[in-house]
Amino acid sequence: MNTLEKEKSNIEATIERSNETIDGDIATLNLGPTHPSTHGIFQNVLKVDGEKILSSVQTVGYIHRAFEKIAERRPYSQITPLTDRLNYCSSPINNLGWYMTVEKLIGVEMPKRVDYMRVIIMELARIADHLVCNSVIGVDAGALTGFTYLFQQREKIYELFEEVCGARLTTNLGRIGGFERDFSPEFHRKLNDFLKEFPKVFNEFDKLLSRNRIFMDRTIGAGAISAERALQYSFVGPNLRAAGIDYDVRAMNPYASYEDFDFIIPVGTQGDTYDRFQVRQEEVRQSLRIIEQAFNNLPEGDYKADIPEFFLPPKEEVYNNMEALIYHFKIVMGETPIPVGEVYHSVEGGNGELGYYLISDGGRSPYRLQFRRPCFIYYQAYPEMITGQSISDAVLTLSSMNVIAGELDA
Amino acid sequence: MQSKLSNTAVSDALKAKFGEAILSSETPYDFLTVEVEPTKMHAVITWLKQEESLDISFLTNIGGVHYPDQAEREFAIVYHLQSMINNFRIRLKAYVPLQNPEIDSIVDLYAGANWMERETFDFYGILFKGHPNLIRILNEDSMDYHPMRKEYHLEDATREDKDDRFFGR
Amino acid sequence: MGKIEDVDVINGEGFQLSNLEKVVASARANSMWPLPFATSCCGIEYMATMGSNYDLARFGMERMSFSPRQADLLIVAGTISKKLGPILKQVYEQMSEPKWVLAVGACASSGGIFDTYSVLQGIDRIIPVDVYVPGCPPRPEQIIDGIMKIHELVKHESLRRRDSEEYKAMLHSYNIEIDAK
Repeated sequence: MNTLEKEKSNIEATIERSNETIDGDIATLNLGPTHPSTHGIFQNVLKVDGEKILSSVQTVGYIHRAFEKIAERRPYSQITPLTDRLNYCSSPINNLGWYMTVEKLIGVEMPKRVDYMRVIIMELARIADHLVCNSVIGVDAGALTGFTYLFQQREKIYELFEEVCGARLTTNLGRIGGFERDFSPEFHRKLNDFLKEFPKVFNEFDKLLSRNRIFMDRTIGAGAISAERALQYSFVGPNLRAAGIDYDVRAMNPYASYEDFDFIIPVGTQGDTYDRFQVRQEEVRQSLRIIEQAFNNLPEGDYKADIPEFFLPPKEEVYNNMEALIYHFKIVMGETPIPVGEVYHSVEGGNGELGYYLISDGGRSPYRLQFRRPCFIYYQAYPEMITGQSISDAVLTLSSMNVIAGELDA
Repeated sequence: MQSKLSNTAVSDALKAKFGEAILSSETPYDFLTVEVEPTKMHAVITWLKQEESLDISFLTNIGGVHYPDQAEREFAIVYHLQSMINNFRIRLKAYVPLQNPEIDSIVDLYAGANWMERETFDFYGILFKGHPNLIRILNEDSMDYHPMRKEYHLEDATREDKDDRFFGR
Repeated sequence: MGKIEDVDVINGEGFQLSNLEKVVASARANSMWPLPFATSCCGIEYMATMGSNYDLARFGMERMSFSPRQADLLIVAGTISKKLGPILKQVYEQMSEPKWVLAVGACASSGGIFDTYSVLQGIDRIIPVDVYVPGCPPRPEQIIDGIMKIHELVKHESLRRRDSEEYKAMLHSYNIEIDAK
């Protein structure tokens, strides 16, 4: 044999040997708890054959902070900071959902102006949540530019929240019965600027990724789930809508006057990462539509309901009026007249149906408060979604599901 | 969207089908709440899912509640179900005693019940018969008590840096 | 050659005279590679700090390292529960000297509002911490202030602090054994 043929046969022999050792070589790989992308802390122990995933076992509970036990200790208005920290990318939705639950328990109707103000804030929070999710999908696929563009816009939303309540991320926004103050003229000006500037930046981000050949190749088919399996796993929110079911709490059980607004519910077909990305993109546009409708038609009226037993009276009255003083004292000490009963209320959070199951025994704090957390429930389906895929697809699937650790573990 | 089913219609259908197993049926805040005997809960949920006119086939939530003062009915297991086609929600409750807190698992009906039941077990110690993997999920595996029960404190009693006198406890 | 900022140098024709410790310390401070151990809400504020508005990259932290072996600064942002404690300790032990720890947020500093059975009341229960940044969550400006304080610490540390008796005693009190190299 001359040297060329000898070389060739050597190479072929090496390849054959390596094939023998690779086939049938099942390795155990630890994905987490510290992630290479700042998603949160959860662990997946994968069994892989080469790059293909065969099965996985999950461990959660690394940020279990015992919210439900803390809630049994605190008076009703002090539970809001806890709800902030559930899905902390869109805290106002959690806060306002909690207030609506208590208002349902008390049995009080909000004025229209309060409803419209709540809708504006909740849709801004939804936009903020989807911006985080979509930019992080881009980062995990390697496209880092979108992250810097969209986080700059998140700063604008943070400024709007600061005008209303003073805080950026964990907002503790509003009161039982409305808001602490009306929207200031500065808020009106900033919201007008936001509604003019944001669509342009968002379209720029969209052009970077939506029809990008590389992004589409990476995300189409990654982590697909069918509609039947999604319903079995009690999926809600953008993940369910990407699978094809148009379930949205805002349309099915409208709260806070959502029936007054005109918006589309975007639905995907395959339930894969690309569909989830596109559903969230479209939801941002629909949220902008809702904000414009609510802002342009903001009705006249009071920014709070007339429930002095629950809503602190203004300071002038507290100093001059005996009744107001007594109400103030009782509210601050937590002696509010909450009726006995049980109520379940749900709002459409950034990840889907966020439910509050509240049992009250008439006391200062709830007897039992359970949060129906969408992340916790649909994260169970993750092993099924990644079986048969490669590890890089698994990472993209995880970021497209928008699993927020605060909501996962509570 | 208006609901296509009414509370009375569903309640009557349940009573007609299961008779004695339906212990009570109320509508607090216009939300149908039905108390069911624990041994029949699995059958009720199966029937609600398969009955064509009702189509209550989406599991919203499973939770537990602890009532230390009610003898023989200390733990309540609360199932929230809903029908997306008919836009109807229902709450089913079952009470189990402290000495024998067992109920059938519904993992064979709804795959999403897996972690919900594990969480209820972790917090209250309620045993779900037939669950494939009933171990702790959110708390540490080495924990030997069920923390959401009313007799246990919120704070960790062994912590050194916080003095209870200054925290009003 | 240019002038190195806030290091005493004597400039001459084609050479500079300075203290090796100061030059190394300045180089270390301006090129730290952080390991963002972001668990919860403070993690999102940390991501905002990394973004273009508050920009951590101008302090030399362009490259986030997610491997402990390649990181200098462990930034713990968010609540650490007792379940996560051993993992945090492992990550800290894997980092090579010199290393610093920044506790961002009330939960990492002292347990925050979560005085419960499952939350570790401050990461200084298990690892030594250099700078604490209070807040819930702290604003990005506060996080940058914390990083400035870390830079101050780094610039005034000796070249091989790992050999000092004080350091060894401190690590011993946390039950962390270091390699005696």
